[in-house]
Amino acid sequence: MTHSQQIPITQVDTLSAAEYEEIDHELTLLETRQAASIEALKIVQRHRGWISDQSLKAIADYLQIPVADLEGVATFYNLIYRQPVGKHVIHVCNSVACHLCGYDEVLRAIKQHLQIDYGETTADGNFTLLSNACLGGCDKAPVLMIGKEHHGNLTSTSVIDLLNSVQGENLGEQEGSKQ
Amino acid sequence: MTALSHPLTYQVNLTSPKTLSAYCDDGGYQGARIALTQFSPEQAVEQVKASGLKGRGGAGFPTGMKWSFVPRKATKTENENTYLVCNADEMEPGTFKDRLLLEGVPHQLIEAMVIAAYAIGANKGYIFLRGEYHLAAQRITHALNEAKTANWLGDNIQGTGFNFELHLHTSAGRYICGEETALINALEGKRANPRAKPPFPQVAGLFGQPTIVNNVETLCNLPHIFRHGIEWYQSHAPESDAGTKIYGACGRVAKPGLWELPMGAPIGKVLNDCAGGMQSGLKLKGLLPGGASTDFLLPQHLDVPMDYDHVAKAGSRLGTGGLIVLDDKQCPVAMVLNLLRFFAQESCGWCTPCRDGTPWAVQLLEKIEQGKGQLADIDELYRLCDFMWIGKTHCALAPGAVEPLRSALNYFNDDFVQHIELHHCPYHHGERHG
Repeated sequence: MTHSQQIPITQVDTLSAAEYEEIDHELTLLETRQAASIEALKIVQRHRGWISDQSLKAIADYLQIPVADLEGVATFYNLIYRQPVGKHVIHVCNSVACHLCGYDEVLRAIKQHLQIDYGETTADGNFTLLSNACLGGCDKAPVLMIGKEHHGNLTSTSVIDLLNSVQGENLGEQEGSKQ
Repeated sequence: MTALSHPLTYQVNLTSPKTLSAYCDDGGYQGARIALTQFSPEQAVEQVKASGLKGRGGAGFPTGMKWSFVPRKATKTENENTYLVCNADEMEPGTFKDRLLLEGVPHQLIEAMVIAAYAIGANKGYIFLRGEYHLAAQRITHALNEAKTANWLGDNIQGTGFNFELHLHTSAGRYICGEETALINALEGKRANPRAKPPFPQVAGLFGQPTIVNNVETLCNLPHIFRHGIEWYQSHAPESDAGTKIYGACGRVAKPGLWELPMGAPIGKVLNDCAGGMQSGLKLKGLLPGGASTDFLLPQHLDVPMDYDHVAKAGSRLGTGGLIVLDDKQCPVAMVLNLLRFFAQESCGWCTPCRDGTPWAVQLLEKIEQGKGQLADIDELYRLCDFMWIGKTHCALAPGAVEPLRSALNYFNDDFVQHIELHHCPYHHGERHG
């Protein structure tokens, strides 16, 4: 192999002390370092919002597994974000009970209100819109999840109130931080 | 609602689940105490076998028989483990029963896992919870800590000499993780493709060690079987499979929800008595009896008892026992399209029939729904059903997709044909109501 054919080594981020500490805790409970894959991805995502290529490499390095293996895990899951996301990620349930109970209208209202489509983030960085397989709220369909909160029995008007209230919390926080 | 009439749900409190002491005050951990003190592990397996408990995750395999495949070792070396895994990756569209048990009475599951672990000789366990169930995760974590403090988990449980360590694993959103060998790969930190069987997990599962994977609702039966006995358990439904079952209904019914009934309640009882029938102005057109991956049944099937054999005889599967109800003003083609989109998205991509077959079916259904279909597309869909059927795929996902598709093609054939002949969806144009 000539020098020019070598694959360039991209710079690998190091994880923060807090991230290492949380991953180490998981490792004490588990049989292998690899078994901490999903938890490690979640930990870093909690700290950074999403999993960049650099983060991915740093985690793989720490778990002593190939980056490709960890990428295979990271891209397998709906809740691991491999692209930057907004402050609030909206996961709209698009499965059958919601489909039967007014999903289309609710989704249309969200898209119109936020002016984004699935996979996109609002210009102000507040909301990212993603779909989700059945959220298990079929008796309250249509449902969605924002962050960790589930919201059900939505209509095209109530969902806008919901988005406004989440937006309102943001404003409240910003004002709070100014004081 | 009593411990005897509604064993699984009488302690459910969704607002604020019972603490360990409140749970114990109402009979909690009595079943585990009986199992650990009055039964040997082998006898406990026999007890569950004799109870007739069948898996509530969808397949309906006898739980005691599944357990009996686990090899027993008198002593274990340091690297030898036997694992018990609770499958709480509830993600079958139209299914929300395990959520009730996880959020409403988390100690019941922990007690159940102590019993199951004791019976199969497991020293370590995991609760594999879907990532979206944040509230359940929080409540289970709290309950696990309480159980550890009260010595219902850990070393020498209640002075019996039995050790069992139990952890919560939260997933990150992928349907296939509910397949038990995919779940095991996920727990090992690998991409969660299902494994080839054999070897079966009972012999070589998690980290190559003997592993039992049981569904939440299945496990939650155990405390009651040991507390009240087999005779009581079987007396719920003398004509049917043993015990009670949490049934559900969703879609445009009057009161969607969940109800614990003796196993074998007729479909019509769940739909009309529990869910209050259809919403006003709507008629029943068809329903999936147990989640997205079951065959459609029709209004003529309302008398069918919801147990494994009767639903199978009617041409479908009990599955998870949650009715997904299609009314006469909803397009069946659009409903099946929604289901197939789900399966296409959630296919792990490992085998060709599923990876290519599910999106192909989606394309054909989109064409038909948009009025651009041809009659030959219906034949093509039937052919795909054959390509994706049992024996031709790596796991049960694609056959699960075939079940609603093929039954819809059979039962709602005139709807498919009408889309093609009219060049549009008759439901969207208000020309057709069922």
